[in-house]
Amino acid sequence: MQFSEQWLRSLVDPGLDSAELAHLLTMSGLEVEETRPVGAAFSGVVVAAIISAEKHPSADRLKVCRVDAGQGELLQIVCGAPNAAAGMKVPLATIGGKLPGLEIKAAKLRGVESFGMLCSARELGISDDHGGLLELPADAPVGADVRRLLDLDDLVHTIKLTPNRSDCLSLLGVAREVAALTGAHLDRPQVEPVAPTLDTRRPIMLDAPAACPRYCGRILRGVDARAPTPAWMRQRLERSGIRSISVLVDITNYVMLELGQPLHVFDDDRLQGAIHVRFPAAGESLLLLNEQTVEPTADTLLIADEARVLALAGIMGGEESGVTLDTTNVFLESAFFAPGAIAGRARAYGFLSDASHRFERGVDFDLAGRAMERATRLILDLCGGEAGPVVEAVSEEHLPARPELRLRPARARRVLGIGITDEEMAGLLGSVHLSVRRHGEDLLVVPPSFRFDIQIEEDLIEEVARLYGYEQVPAQPPRGMLTMLDRGEARRTQWQLRRLLAARDFQEVINYAFVDEAWERDFCANADPIRLANPIAAQMNVMRTSLVPGLVANLVANRKRQLARVRVFEMGRCFERRADGEPVEGFSQPIRIAGLAAGTALPEQWGSATRGVDFFDIKGDVEALLAHPDVTYVATAHPALHPGRAAAVLIDGRRIGMLGELHPVWVDRYDLGSAPVVFELDLQTVLQTSVPAYREISRQPIVARDLALIVDQSVCVDAVLRLLRDSAPEIVRSVELFDLYQGKGVDPDKKSLAFRILMQDTHRTLEDAEVEAAVATLVRRVESELGARLRG
Amino acid sequence: MDTQDHLDQLVADAESAFAAASDGAGLEQVKARFLGKSGLLTERLKGLGALTPELRKSAGARINRAKDAIEAALDARRVALREARLHARLAEEALDVTLPGRGHAAGGLHPVSRTLERIEALFASIGFIVADGPEIETDWHNFTALNTPENHPARSMHDTFYLEGREDVLLRTHTSPVQIRAMLAHVARHAEAQRMADLRVIAPGRVYRVDSDATHSPMFHQIEGLWVGEGVSFADLKGVIADFLRKFFESEDLQVRFRPSFFPFTEPSAEIDVAFMSGALEGSWLEIAGCGMVHPNVLRFGRIDPERYTGFAFGMGLDRLTMLRYGISDLRLFFEGDLRFLSQFR
Repeated sequence: MQFSEQWLRSLVDPGLDSAELAHLLTMSGLEVEETRPVGAAFSGVVVAAIISAEKHPSADRLKVCRVDAGQGELLQIVCGAPNAAAGMKVPLATIGGKLPGLEIKAAKLRGVESFGMLCSARELGISDDHGGLLELPADAPVGADVRRLLDLDDLVHTIKLTPNRSDCLSLLGVAREVAALTGAHLDRPQVEPVAPTLDTRRPIMLDAPAACPRYCGRILRGVDARAPTPAWMRQRLERSGIRSISVLVDITNYVMLELGQPLHVFDDDRLQGAIHVRFPAAGESLLLLNEQTVEPTADTLLIADEARVLALAGIMGGEESGVTLDTTNVFLESAFFAPGAIAGRARAYGFLSDASHRFERGVDFDLAGRAMERATRLILDLCGGEAGPVVEAVSEEHLPARPELRLRPARARRVLGIGITDEEMAGLLGSVHLSVRRHGEDLLVVPPSFRFDIQIEEDLIEEVARLYGYEQVPAQPPRGMLTMLDRGEARRTQWQLRRLLAARDFQEVINYAFVDEAWERDFCANADPIRLANPIAAQMNVMRTSLVPGLVANLVANRKRQLARVRVFEMGRCFERRADGEPVEGFSQPIRIAGLAAGTALPEQWGSATRGVDFFDIKGDVEALLAHPDVTYVATAHPALHPGRAAAVLIDGRRIGMLGELHPVWVDRYDLGSAPVVFELDLQTVLQTSVPAYREISRQPIVARDLALIVDQSVCVDAVLRLLRDSAPEIVRSVELFDLYQGKGVDPDKKSLAFRILMQDTHRTLEDAEVEAAVATLVRRVESELGARLRG
Repeated sequence: MDTQDHLDQLVADAESAFAAASDGAGLEQVKARFLGKSGLLTERLKGLGALTPELRKSAGARINRAKDAIEAALDARRVALREARLHARLAEEALDVTLPGRGHAAGGLHPVSRTLERIEALFASIGFIVADGPEIETDWHNFTALNTPENHPARSMHDTFYLEGREDVLLRTHTSPVQIRAMLAHVARHAEAQRMADLRVIAPGRVYRVDSDATHSPMFHQIEGLWVGEGVSFADLKGVIADFLRKFFESEDLQVRFRPSFFPFTEPSAEIDVAFMSGALEGSWLEIAGCGMVHPNVLRFGRIDPERYTGFAFGMGLDRLTMLRYGISDLRLFFEGDLRFLSQFR
């Protein structure tokens, strides 16, 4: 909602300057988004008539004009505007006058003296038009001040109206608000009924009275549709952001801006019989004023006559029944359409209109008659003609109800936390035209016909707060029942994990949750991803099932910026179709944590050899991340990963993620040079840890024995370790791998594994015999079950 | 028989011989010359036996004094040599301590995460816990239960992403649906209680709208806050928000203002603006959050009796808070994974 401050001040003058007025509106809920002057700051610019315009003797593009600026004698002005011609009236910046960044002085231009400057609209800051001189009306008095002539000491305010305040979608509405907030007098536009001088009328049928409970129509004959729109009206429209089109359309727009009632004018000669306000029949279509043809859906209310569809009610008129410059007889419509019958419809056809914007939010349902009279008066005054009687069809029972609402002042005080009295509340509500009466403890309130946002007690409490002033409500330190928060020790926070990864040289990233379909196909073998119905771009059209592709994209992007070493992680949701998904049926939406490392294992540095990051570096990171006692890793197959360098991560035997080297096919396809190593884990499981349990520390000496075993290449270290640990007698404290050897002295299809076994009893020193027996037991088990032999 | 002069000469010879020894082994050889089995001093002690008892006593005393002096010189020289050795070793082992340390560098958190971590801690300090909700959300939770039925003009405030083949779900356009989920869960937990404990949650997360330019991203972050209990008022809301913003920006003179606005799920509703008293953004009002008292219809959808309990809710743009905090001007930087940008927040 954009409007001229002068127009507003013609309805209410609150005794505030422009900035104070804007602040007042903003703080009452009508946020002034922008305030701009209609013209630049300039002075000494007057109306001048060009008497003659001759070519400059020595410059092709310049003209030498003689102008009358009402100073007695003519002034010589050199001017470069292509449209400068004798007979025009234009703005002249006189000697000593000021334009933005320029003071006018007498000058010589290519040898010809010039005593001022003729101005374009842009030079005066009125518009961006710099095509030539600003042409002033032919009747503009020579010598008159252009600021005053064009009314440029005005500001345009733009209000960002919230959808509940449709009552402020007009100058009258904003003025009403200003009057209520300041106590200033509201000078409503005078609307007198126009007595009919014709007896022609068109019957009106409310076929859908719930959707249209009131419709006023009137025929005017003999109007001049070619009459000029007066400058004052054009100016007010333009300052409200509405382009002048033709006088009849301008008048309807003017009344809509002034009072808030959208109107429509039909060419009465193109109508046949009665007007019907109804819903569509099958197969109907309509060519709209915006040249779009629509086939109205069943829930779109229409204006029709007995022959055809004329308009989408409250949204837009039809091309074939609209007024043209040749129109002489018009049918003027002023109606109330129920918000629910208009809401969302225009948007469904892919456009918005000033009318639908207002009707879907709510237009004063008592306004149609007054707006009709106001528009009639303006048409008769500006276009001539004669008016018929107003035909009003109304279905009282379908007009919006305005039942009495109960406001409990005590509740209002409690909800707002302020000490306002009942009387103050009643006074505030009364100031915005709500009728208030006392009933016992309560106030009974009826909102006016122009307020659609007051339907329950809370709406009244809000209104009280708004008029009381949010700034007057104290900011109170909170009070509450204090109980401590649950902070389970067996559950880490996501911050601990993020910090842990950051400490291990990973940088956190945040990637879009919608990704390129190709990523899903390549990295996740997902041929049937969850698709967006309205993606913002083709390469952001499906929901991700993995964080890894996004991290690969981060690698690609950073490689392009010449960063060779990239270590990134992300924590975020992935989305999969699952019939038993929770909490939204059909989808599983787990949060995952994933990382990628590429380039050297360590930042390049002195004193340590440079090597590329490998599987076991990242496995170390994953091990650091997992605080659970039962984690296993098994070889796995994954579409994103190298088949021989991929592991599934299991906790308590359940798969919770994976890690591995990116498959060489993708390394080539995405031009990565070397293979990054990635991991991805389910967050909820990773958060789990356990509360430590104390075990008594033994004071007995520890005995260590090293065991070197030769096993087949195909035997996993994990299998050997598990077997050793599972079959270890009581006295064995730990079994750890400390060396892996393949090469000289070991068969090529074998490997040598070295384990350190620590043994200790809790209460006594171990004897050699039992130590040797324990080792022998372990050796026997691995020999018999894994075909291992002791390395000689 | 040696005179005292002879013995003094001998001590002087020993001292200079010790001083000439440049290492431990050399010193021990020189020591043998004076104190060894056939050393000069030992020979003299052996010679005492040939003297008369009177002379032996006085000569013995002289020789022993000389021996003590030589042994003291020897010890001193040993210490000196040991110290010299230590000094030489330390000098040899000296490092250029200005060389950089080795090992991993440190990574870092995303700036939006840093912001969120602080916000969670600030709200936790007054008893708010973190609640979570799905990002593929039902239309019911995202709109209907938030008092925004089909065709409500407020729906046009949110340009919504929908999924193919499912009309009842969408990508949540705000974190507010978590209000509903948190209320329903809270009510279920306190079903048996005489008086429901206060519900205090914040719900941070990703939200989605069909929009993209320097100040809009199709995915961005919000944080929702909700406090429902007996006697929770608009004045409390103002208190909590003002306190939070001043603590978050670490600026006690931060100006905070509340002005009337509209959200279908709160009433009264307010928009919150802040103005900094210094820095690049000094003086101008910046919109930072929306808030209000929870609408009774929303409480009812959460199965909470609006007659007994009241509450407030607020929603803030996490990205915007982060941008203001660190002076970042382009929202898109957050989602481009550019390490040159992200590594500034370590």
